Amino acid sequence: MKLEARKISFRYSEKEREIWKDFSLEIDSGERVGLSAPSGFGKTTLCKILAGYEKPESGVILLDGKPLSEYRGYCPVQMIWQHPEYAVNPRLRMEEVLRDGDQVEERVIRGLGIEDGWRKRFPAELSGGELQRFCIARALGRRTKFLLADEISTMLDLITQSQIWEFLIHETKERGIGLLCVSHSEGLLERVSTRRISLENKEQEAIPADM
Amino acid sequence: MKKRLCWNQRTKTLILLAVAVFYLAGVAVWGLVGRESALVTDFSRKNLTPSLSYLFGTDWLGRDMLARTVTGLSISIIIGVCAAAVSAVIAGLLGVAAATLGKKVDAVITWLIDLIMGIPHILLLILISFAAGKGLTGVILGVSLTHWTSLARVIRAEVLQLKESTYIRTAEKLGHSKWRIAKKHMLPHLIPQFLVGLVLLFPHAILHEASITFLGFGLSTEQPAIGVILSESMKYLVTGKWWLALFPGLMLVLTVMLFDLLGECLRKLTDPGSVHR
Repeated sequence: MKLEARKISFRYSEKEREIWKDFSLEIDSGERVGLSAPSGFGKTTLCKILAGYEKPESGVILLDGKPLSEYRGYCPVQMIWQHPEYAVNPRLRMEEVLRDGDQVEERVIRGLGIEDGWRKRFPAELSGGELQRFCIARALGRRTKFLLADEISTMLDLITQSQIWEFLIHETKERGIGLLCVSHSEGLLERVSTRRISLENKEQEAIPADM
Repeated sequence: MKKRLCWNQRTKTLILLAVAVFYLAGVAVWGLVGRESALVTDFSRKNLTPSLSYLFGTDWLGRDMLARTVTGLSISIIIGVCAAAVSAVIAGLLGVAAATLGKKVDAVITWLIDLIMGIPHILLLILISFAAGKGLTGVILGVSLTHWTSLARVIRAEVLQLKESTYIRTAEKLGHSKWRIAKKHMLPHLIPQFLVGLVLLFPHAILHEASITFLGFGLSTEQPAIGVILSESMKYLVTGKWWLALFPGLMLVLTVMLFDLLGECLRKLTDPGSVHR
């Protein structure tokens, strides 16, 4: 499968500057793309557009040649958010959060180091790192084909980071899931990605649009 | 140690809740059953100060003030429950409608809320109650049509906020139907708000019923309503018959405070932050 962004432009409102202008990107399944850019470049916005949370002003997101907006029901492109505490319902127990995913396998839950005792708890009773594992597990449902990881491990210590990324690399390889890894950490991107994109030179396009 | 203390707090809340419900239900039933005795006049026992046989004393017609107070309160509680339930339902429906049915509906409902909030409560209450022919229906109609606004605002804001929250949008991407999201993700947020709002409407409803009855626009004077009792006792207060107003007034305050406490308990019990206490 192929996830493709074709000449997308985006801004949050008419008055604001264009965050993305005629940007194109292709990710193949089985590929792990590392994306790095300074703060405020619209990395999260890009993930939101690719996962269908935001509509681009122009251009189109294609999954296997078909516009992503035409996929009904479960979206094969799943995004993992930078702040897990906003991504789970504070009034539901963690087992319900897992049940929200698409038949998440026990193997995935174990692999991410989720302990049985955590499942009966409410989100407020878990740390950010523990919550993030649930969010990753939820996004790794049966029908997931592409995974967008938006700085998902910034709140974790190095050992946990490496444990989670080892698992994610293994899992995506096994199931042929395409991965977009957004991070500031050079070392992490070096280790995880099979291809790198750096957006340093996007600046030249972005600033004129702002003027 | 800490765990035990926390558990006690939750138990305490539950006990308070049970006591409040028991008291309110007790007064309501007792008042309905003892309605006859509240109307009995007996001139051989008029103007008695509070004693063991007449705890709240008797009035100028020899009526037992305890029976009159309890019956009055039971009428107040029934009016409070009916009016609060009706206005909570109105608030729920209009609040959800404003948040989900698009901009035009939202504008109309918000305008309606502002309109009703803009008119002084008691004035609107008197107008509606008077137009509906006073009496029980007039009061219930008046109270329920004026008290839904703030709860409707709360519900509208809550639904609007929920709709845009990351976890609801994620649930959409996980392929869940609108109905399922509403049930699983939104209701757990709305029900506590709604219940607490509903319970906190009771004291308002009761006090407003008492006040418009006191002013003579509510229940008719033959009924032993708290408002009627209080306004009649005003005439006798200057002659030193303090018990005529004191005990019914105290009981009214107690009832209102219990309802308030009930709402507070409910809020605590449904808050996930205190689930393990």
